[in-house]
Amino acid sequence: MTEHTSNRRRLRLVAILFATAFAAAACGSDDSSASDSASGGECDTIDEVSLQLQWFAQAQFAGYYAAVDQGFYEEQCLNVTILEGGVDIVPQQQLGSGAADYAISWVPKALVSREEGIDIVNVGQIFQRSGTLQVSFADAGISGPADLAGRKVGSWGFGNEFELLAGSRAAGVEPGTDYEIVQQNFDMLALINGEIDAAQAMTYNEYAQVLETVNPATGELFTESDLSVIDWNEVGTAMLQDAIWADGAKIASDAAYQDQTTRFVAGSVKGWAWCRDNADACVDVVLASGTTLGKSHQTWQLNEINKLIWPSPGGAGVMDTALWDQTIEVATSEAVLTGAPDDGAYTPDYATAALALISDVDARGSDWSPVEVTLLEGGS
Amino acid sequence: MTEVGRRAPFQILAVVAVLVAFATLWEGYKAMGDATGGTWPGTDRELPVATDDLTLPHVHEILGTMVDPVQRGGDETLAVFLVKSAWFTFKEAAWGFAIGSVFGLGLAIVMLRSSFLDRGLLPWINISQTIPLIALAPIVVTWGRTTFLSDVQAVSLIAAYLTFFPVAVNGLAGLKSPPDESLELMDSYAAPWSATLWKLRFPAARPYLFPAFKLAATLSVVGAIVGEISSGVRGGLGRVILDFAGRYSTGPERLYAAVIASALLGLFVFGLTVIAERIALRGQLLEDVG
Repeated sequence: MTEHTSNRRRLRLVAILFATAFAAAACGSDDSSASDSASGGECDTIDEVSLQLQWFAQAQFAGYYAAVDQGFYEEQCLNVTILEGGVDIVPQQQLGSGAADYAISWVPKALVSREEGIDIVNVGQIFQRSGTLQVSFADAGISGPADLAGRKVGSWGFGNEFELLAGSRAAGVEPGTDYEIVQQNFDMLALINGEIDAAQAMTYNEYAQVLETVNPATGELFTESDLSVIDWNEVGTAMLQDAIWADGAKIASDAAYQDQTTRFVAGSVKGWAWCRDNADACVDVVLASGTTLGKSHQTWQLNEINKLIWPSPGGAGVMDTALWDQTIEVATSEAVLTGAPDDGAYTPDYATAALALISDVDARGSDWSPVEVTLLEGGS
Repeated sequence: MTEVGRRAPFQILAVVAVLVAFATLWEGYKAMGDATGGTWPGTDRELPVATDDLTLPHVHEILGTMVDPVQRGGDETLAVFLVKSAWFTFKEAAWGFAIGSVFGLGLAIVMLRSSFLDRGLLPWINISQTIPLIALAPIVVTWGRTTFLSDVQAVSLIAAYLTFFPVAVNGLAGLKSPPDESLELMDSYAAPWSATLWKLRFPAARPYLFPAFKLAATLSVVGAIVGEISSGVRGGLGRVILDFAGRYSTGPERLYAAVIASALLGLFVFGLTVIAERIALRGQLLEDVG
């Protein structure tokens, strides 16, 4: 009988041990809501809005973080929750499933999803240029798409390769036969180790990573003169990238959502304009949103992102129709899309109305010029 | 207790010795590669893994990066940051472990009660574990977002999905383990089914359950990390690993540090279940002896 009771006592001890562990785990697991809900008295109601990003917090999305931090969304009676991306998070799918109210996505990827039946609409074309490069070491002698012949060319795939495919075809170099396409990771190791001759890179991220790496030959960081780039904007196969997408069904029929969309685009554009005019403060906002982010890397990134947005001749968020047409043309010629999307794929109405809401903001940025950013090792 | 007490220092010594040996091998392999230019000595056969600092950073660099600030000019060191991240992941894993264990035990009881459900459910329980986690994770996260679950809760569910399986399977075997004579004895007392379950079957299942708990605990950490990577949940080790992997070429030692932190978290939860087992089974051992 004593054994029995001591047994029970032990079991109880184990139960208590586990319970304590879970209680401890439960403490502080409450999600800290970032909203300081109260806002100016001018709002009758505050709309709760979620925005799905393509990836983690970084300067690529600085404008949205700044709009939250600086209260630009609040001015528009919005409480915006930013949802970061992950490996399996496809922003336009999150939007289509109703898990997010708006999503940031590259235009060709979003149009592919749209063709597959996800009803989404481009309501604000934030980036006016493509940030994709094909980077090689200068001594490899790759200065244009024609020079890719006979090379090992890295690409991320998954819809990131269309500019490369179209650009090299236009130069008479056939992908797969005239040069080899190699699946590339989202780092620049393969290029630095010499496994590939040219690597895909975003101006604002991977290109900078090379410049943050020590060149084993010199013991110093790689410099831009060590590198040669193919810029698809110059080749003429650039495709539109980050844009704000909205739910197509709601935008067609829901007046409240329409109004909310205008205000959301307005707050976002104001955030981007603020990041253009207050780059250092904007970088600090970005750094505060991710502990592991490096300061020099994010400073570089914001400068490059600003180059992709500004100048915006029609105003930020307003579609560059020539580049839209070029995006469709490349996408259809590469059989990414089976046909041109219908007129509903983008609408200029919300960006135009949004700019009218923030008429005191310079949404064109014609006077802006980029700065020189010094990168440190590891982007720290 | 005395037995355990005597063995503990020896155990620690052995673990440290293996660690030192591993670090020595690591550095030795690097030195060999540097000396031969990346081939096995005396041959021109290439080494399977390159020995440059980008592929295999020095041990001291990995340790050194732990005490560097995680963000330039910041106060927080990488080690502190990793501990915080590990704690975040631990909480997700702990919930996953709890939910999965309760669900797994529930399944085991249901299957014990009904041989029809036993036969019907078991194949599905097996199939459930063949679904790749990376396929399931975005479904759970998206489903959670459109209902009422936060992303963190969705990650715990993903961890629970890995956890319930060993508990259900081993739990069922354990509940079935009492010999017929014991069951017949309970019957002769006219003990209700629930009394047999609590007084006979559960105590008998303990030696079966704890191996399952050990497996489940480490799996819950794996599930939490994969769930974080999949959904991009901020705050845990999965996110840190993904973050550092994307910037591997400019700081490989940071990724190694994050991987070490994940391994230590796995060891930690394993250790917790070992302690729980020692406490729970000590009575069992006494019973067997005396």
